[in-house]
Amino acid sequence: MEVLFILIGVSFTVAVGFLVAFLISVKKGQFDDQETPAIRMLFDDDVKN
Amino acid sequence: MYETLVEKDTLCYHCGDPCRETKIRFEEKHFCCNGCKAVYSLLSENNLCTYYNLEENPGNNAATPFFKDKFSFLDDKSVSAQLMEFSDGDVSKVTFFVPSIHCSSCIWLLEKLYKLNPAIKSSRTNFVKKEVSITFHNKEISLKQLVELLTSIGYEPQINLIDLEQKKQKKTNNKLYIKIGIAGFAFGNSMMFSFPDYLDAWQALTPDFKMVFSVLNILLAIPVLFYSASDYFISSFKGLRKKILNIDVPISIGILALVSRSLYEILSGTGLGYFDSFTGLVFFLLLGRLFQEKTYATLSFERDYKSYFPVSVTLVEAGSYKIIPVSKLNIGDTILVRNQELIPADAVLVSPKGSIDYSFVTGESELVEKRQNEILYAGGRLSGPTIEIKIVKKVSQSYLTKLWNNDVFKEEGHAELSSLSDKIAQNFTFIILGIAVIAGGYWLTVDWKMAINVVSAILIIACPCALALSIPFSFGNALRVFGNNKFYLKNIRTIELIKSITHIIFDKTGTLTWQQKPVISFSEKLNKNDEELVKSLTNNSVHPISRYIFNFVKGHEILPSEDFVEISGKGMLARVNNHDVRLGSAAWIGVENEQPQTTEGSVAHLLIDGIYKGAFIIKNNYRPGLENVLQKLSGDFKIDLISGDNARAKDFLSKLFKKLKIVGELKFDQSPFDKQEFIGHLQKSGEKTLMIGDGLNDAGALKQSDLGFSVSEDINAFSPACDAILYANQFEKLPLFIKYAKSSYNTVRISFILSFLYNSIGIYFAVIGALSPLIAAILMPLSSISVVIFATLSTRINAKRLGL
Repeated sequence: MEVLFILIGVSFTVAVGFLVAFLISVKKGQFDDQETPAIRMLFDDDVKN
Repeated sequence: MYETLVEKDTLCYHCGDPCRETKIRFEEKHFCCNGCKAVYSLLSENNLCTYYNLEENPGNNAATPFFKDKFSFLDDKSVSAQLMEFSDGDVSKVTFFVPSIHCSSCIWLLEKLYKLNPAIKSSRTNFVKKEVSITFHNKEISLKQLVELLTSIGYEPQINLIDLEQKKQKKTNNKLYIKIGIAGFAFGNSMMFSFPDYLDAWQALTPDFKMVFSVLNILLAIPVLFYSASDYFISSFKGLRKKILNIDVPISIGILALVSRSLYEILSGTGLGYFDSFTGLVFFLLLGRLFQEKTYATLSFERDYKSYFPVSVTLVEAGSYKIIPVSKLNIGDTILVRNQELIPADAVLVSPKGSIDYSFVTGESELVEKRQNEILYAGGRLSGPTIEIKIVKKVSQSYLTKLWNNDVFKEEGHAELSSLSDKIAQNFTFIILGIAVIAGGYWLTVDWKMAINVVSAILIIACPCALALSIPFSFGNALRVFGNNKFYLKNIRTIELIKSITHIIFDKTGTLTWQQKPVISFSEKLNKNDEELVKSLTNNSVHPISRYIFNFVKGHEILPSEDFVEISGKGMLARVNNHDVRLGSAAWIGVENEQPQTTEGSVAHLLIDGIYKGAFIIKNNYRPGLENVLQKLSGDFKIDLISGDNARAKDFLSKLFKKLKIVGELKFDQSPFDKQEFIGHLQKSGEKTLMIGDGLNDAGALKQSDLGFSVSEDINAFSPACDAILYANQFEKLPLFIKYAKSSYNTVRISFILSFLYNSIGIYFAVIGALSPLIAAILMPLSSISVVIFATLSTRINAKRLGL
């Protein structure tokens, strides 16, 4: 049963990792504009000028 | 905009407008005007033709070039400093609002600006907000040049007086997202740690596990309590200080009861507490908050004259011209006003004469002819050749802008009115406290520990989570339905207020009439030759009536005209194909008995080679479905009409009112102040008013009224401060919108009953002392989710039923 302690520790760390990733994405402004990036990603890259 | 002008429509490769003549070509492509061609050649020179591959005809019509110096005010240090977001010795960043952003090609091009000018480092478009942020080297390109570059490719930024006076406030939901993220994280993990409890296995766990689960749960709850839920405490504290019991008070009591009961259980070793329910509760509540905060990023409901008035003016100083920001305008200055420009402050006319369009300011739809030394009021739009005027009053002290110095504009909206949920919260809180006291008193006679248990359980389970969610989801959904129908509400409170309206007041010009599309008819019959002559003559003029006639008359070929003369307020003449063609007012043409008589609109008489041919009658068109709208509304509301226009339209409207058996007042020649006073008067007599208007002249009335809707032909153009913006072609649906708002109100009432039902079940368990964490963990999300589903479904079904 004691192995659960490790599992809890691991799962909690993973969850915290996701939370931190979410917080960073909010701070970086990924939620400011939820429309434009969806369109932007469909543009072709410039081949060569 | 898309009327057939040429038999076979050749669409402009750049902007997609029909080409009137087919002469303008470049690289095998047709253009409607040289402006569009210029944009195309600029883009093709710079290898930016992908612009045209992403969407068809993506461009903005560039037919009217901006005059030189239009943006010279941007060279003023104080102006550019206000606009700039960030600036150091080398790099500056600026964000512009560009209303003409409309498709993916726009995004693409605006993010490739660096190819057009190497001084631009990078640019980023926000499609929803219609904004573009540009980072550039400020030594190599000035702000003015940057704006000119944008304008030259058809993306003119809109720079308003208000942008200069206050820095744009970045309104983001970032905080709310973070709060939701933390609450959701805590909710999920807390449920996992509480799992043994759900299976009734808590007592079977070893002390080590109990210890770990408890500590982790407490750790998870701390940020939720102090950060995510903080708004509820702050709001209820503010409410209590003003002696108002708002909906956040019972929520805060519930949260506190949850946390303290859970802590008590953990510390006393009797259980794991209700931290899962607590974090879940906060999570759901915050989601509801996110849902109701539907905002229209590009719309503004708080506009005043500052976002309508020009930013800069052309000062005439000792014979030379200088562009200055309007804020630096002083009494006594002489300024230049060009065709279609606004008069920024009350002034006297220095030039011999000029015609002013006051339709937006006063509601008067005819052009007003002014002579030298006559007073021009601020807000009028010049229609005709350039004039010089001398300022006599400061911008903020002018006749119209004085309206905003009125007290109504200083109030902070109607924030103090208690909303539906707050009203219910008052009774609710007292009932719950009553039940808690009675049950606690009863159990005290049995066992004091049990009494504490029961009281805390009641406070926990009575937390009006479902209740608090029913409004955001019912009205939030309704708000979206309205938005899909181009009826944009400021917030969900507007829906609530519609229910209490008793009296509707309409403005006429621009609200009931449809200026863009007048009905035109010709009294006699025109032959093909004459048609071509008229078409060629009117092609020379930009006067609105000429444009209407131009579009109305069939003729295919535009003949060259010589000696074209346009006399403001009278008419115009020219020699076309060796015929003398004149079009104008009866007096000017020399028609004695004025036929046809018209009660509504304007008449233009036609004279060709001295022979009278007949008259064009241009009638203001009433919006389609007006009769229907009035009829449907008159069943439930008192209706009045109040207009700044003259009484010409009175006959038609009073007949219409009589026909529909409406006993409302019809008031004409009303100043903006009269309108506001009229509304105030109605309110004093106990009416709840809804003002529907459009222009600056309605601004006072819209603000004074309990609710104000503004009708707008172009939602990105100016509309005065109001509670909702109605897209003009949806005017017919107005009665439907009101009906729908009322049905949404009923949905809220039913969801209230539903959530009371859940509360009663919960309270039953609590009172008999049988509320286990499991029941709490099931009941709370269940009640919330089912209320959310009910509210969403029933608002959507109602919308379908009404055809919205």
